[in-house]
Amino acid sequence: MSRHISYREALREALRESLQTDPRVFLMGEDVGCYGGTYAVSKGLLEEFGPERVRDTPLSELGFVGAGIGAALGGMRPIVEVMTVNFSLLALDPIVNSAAMLHHMSGGQFSVPLVIRMATGAGRQVAAQHSNSFEGWYAHVPGLRVLSPATVEDARGMLRAALADPDPVLIFEHAQLYNSEGELPDDETAALDIASARVRRSGSDVSLITHGGSLPKALQAAEQLATQGIAAEVIDLRVLRPLDDATVMASVRKCRRAVLVDEAWRSGSLAAELMARIAEQAFFDLDAPLARVCSEEVPIPYPRHLEEAALPQVDKIVAAVQALMGVGA
Amino acid sequence: MIEFKLPSLGADMDEGTLLAWHVKPGDTVKRGQVVAVVDTSKAAVDVEIWHDGVVHELLVKVGEKVPVATVLATLLAPGEVAPTGPAPSSALPEKPGHREPGAAIHDAPLSGQPRSARSDEVSVQGPRAISAPVPGVRDVPSRRPVSPSARRRARELGIDPETVVGSGAQGSVTLADIEAVHAATAQSRAEQAPTPAEPAAASDRQQDMRKAIAAAMSRSKSEIPHYYLAETIPMQRALDWLQQRNEGLPITERILTAALLLKAVALALQRTPELNGFYRDGRFEPSAAVHPGVAISLRGGGLLAPALHDVGDKPLAQLMRELADLVKRARAGSLRSSEMADPTLTITNLGEQSVQSVFGVIYPPQVALVGFGSIEVRPWVEDGKLVAQPLLCATLAADHRASDGHRGALFLAALRERLQQPQTLA
Repeated sequence: MSRHISYREALREALRESLQTDPRVFLMGEDVGCYGGTYAVSKGLLEEFGPERVRDTPLSELGFVGAGIGAALGGMRPIVEVMTVNFSLLALDPIVNSAAMLHHMSGGQFSVPLVIRMATGAGRQVAAQHSNSFEGWYAHVPGLRVLSPATVEDARGMLRAALADPDPVLIFEHAQLYNSEGELPDDETAALDIASARVRRSGSDVSLITHGGSLPKALQAAEQLATQGIAAEVIDLRVLRPLDDATVMASVRKCRRAVLVDEAWRSGSLAAELMARIAEQAFFDLDAPLARVCSEEVPIPYPRHLEEAALPQVDKIVAAVQALMGVGA
Repeated sequence: MIEFKLPSLGADMDEGTLLAWHVKPGDTVKRGQVVAVVDTSKAAVDVEIWHDGVVHELLVKVGEKVPVATVLATLLAPGEVAPTGPAPSSALPEKPGHREPGAAIHDAPLSGQPRSARSDEVSVQGPRAISAPVPGVRDVPSRRPVSPSARRRARELGIDPETVVGSGAQGSVTLADIEAVHAATAQSRAEQAPTPAEPAAASDRQQDMRKAIAAAMSRSKSEIPHYYLAETIPMQRALDWLQQRNEGLPITERILTAALLLKAVALALQRTPELNGFYRDGRFEPSAAVHPGVAISLRGGGLLAPALHDVGDKPLAQLMRELADLVKRARAGSLRSSEMADPTLTITNLGEQSVQSVFGVIYPPQVALVGFGSIEVRPWVEDGKLVAQPLLCATLAADHRASDGHRGALFLAALRERLQQPQTLA
């Protein structure tokens, strides 16, 4: 029997399962314990597992991410929650220079089996400094695996695979998704791969390539386009590093048109990287210029109407597809 | 810039297929030089150019079928400087207007660029925007946008994507556009050729030629009010003179009667210019020069009537050589465009078939056709005595819009007189 569940509950169940099944696993971060997590993901876990395994930290990303790396090197399986990606910039040095590179720097002697969870994205009127989408930055770094669960199934299943990975894995949870709901499939405990992209909607006219918080928008756009006779295929990248080129190219070769949808800014972005790969690998299959719908290149505004105008939206995706199809917008 | 257009090589030609270019961009060409070979429905014709200059661009690709008056190439007049763009390259351009991509880049708006970011990027784009424009660069037509997959498919199907109307983003030609053209041509081909049997190329050509002749002759018979005259011409003197002249000469240098008749017709026309020229746009245009078209039957069937130029002015020996060459080339299918386009009247000689006389159909826009039957020895009354004499029946089919029977009769009389003084035809 499939089960209706929220994204937040799916994440909490995954955390509880890993705390239950592996004594090396512990959760650490700001407000994860007494407060139950800023987004209430870890609510109740302190009571269930105690302060040894659900640890509140000081407001020091540099410090507690570094401590997580040390614990991973020492044989633990830490899950470090950085409240949002905005604050992870304080921990860039331990994440990039230590977690990502120690395996290489030690000549393969050390691995860093660390999982870092972060909320990402905009759309909640929390202003520029709390609305960034920097997952593409991390996807730039060799040595990291970067996940972007967009469905309850991935929210439930990706953590187990991430903990099984001997190297650091970053999981980006779009803040807009926590309240979203979906069906967990019957085999909800089946291991999910953290290497491949998925076709979330099949189509033949245009590939909408997206991930995370933009997936629901892309699916909605595809629904609207279908009423206009345009069959959009929606690809959920799921894994931002390493990218699953094969799935992307198969879709682009089929549809011959592609629109990248990503909440990050366009310049030097993950969307730019994907466009480059498509141009490299599927150029002769293209029937239209590549296009992308990204955030406007401004600090994300606070006022609701301006914030909405700055972010990728369903109508923008529809308009981009229509332009590619030569349909008068 | 001089435009070199596909000439009409006869009333029955409205399009031609380019078989070969003999020149490339950058080549200097002289008036009268053969620059291309074009397949009409009748023959492969060497097309001459009528200007001195330097080839600038070849605009039609080998294998393309284009209507008469299509610009095949552009020439720079002597001293003219190429207007813009890259120097003529030796490579055949796919189509006019193909240029280095750089030229158009700065014109293309970055659609979807956020307004607010524009100001940030002015300093980045500034230097490029200043350095990019080249004088005259605006005149360069930009390359027609064809999507990569459409271009690839077009190549597979042998379709020129530049000729397809685009329906895609920014007016681009898409895969679907190419497939639509392919489907349409396949369908029209199927409709035009209901018999699926594959006819050989040769019989295709014969069919095409048959169609071309049918069109020209139908037009002639429906438009031209023909009148016909016949005259019997004693040939004893002419044949005697020829025999005398040919005596002792190797076969290759002997003059045949056909050449003598050509010259005789050309000279006889001097007094009746209304038989030599063209009827166009409701009026007759006489031609000062006499370029008889010589009807040549082809071995595979069909008929050509290419011109021998300025026949009245040429010595008989030269005419004979040129006639032999013309027949040979007509049968080999390598005529020149001027030979196809220039005939001012037609001469048909069915003497070899031993028919007595031929009443021809005028080849429009010409106004006359002279026909010769076989030369046979028959009874003839001369000076009140019955003698055996080689006789030739000469006929005239003429356009009543340009001349009357009286003038036609004058011509045949003049022809007869010329042939009684063969030494004047030398």
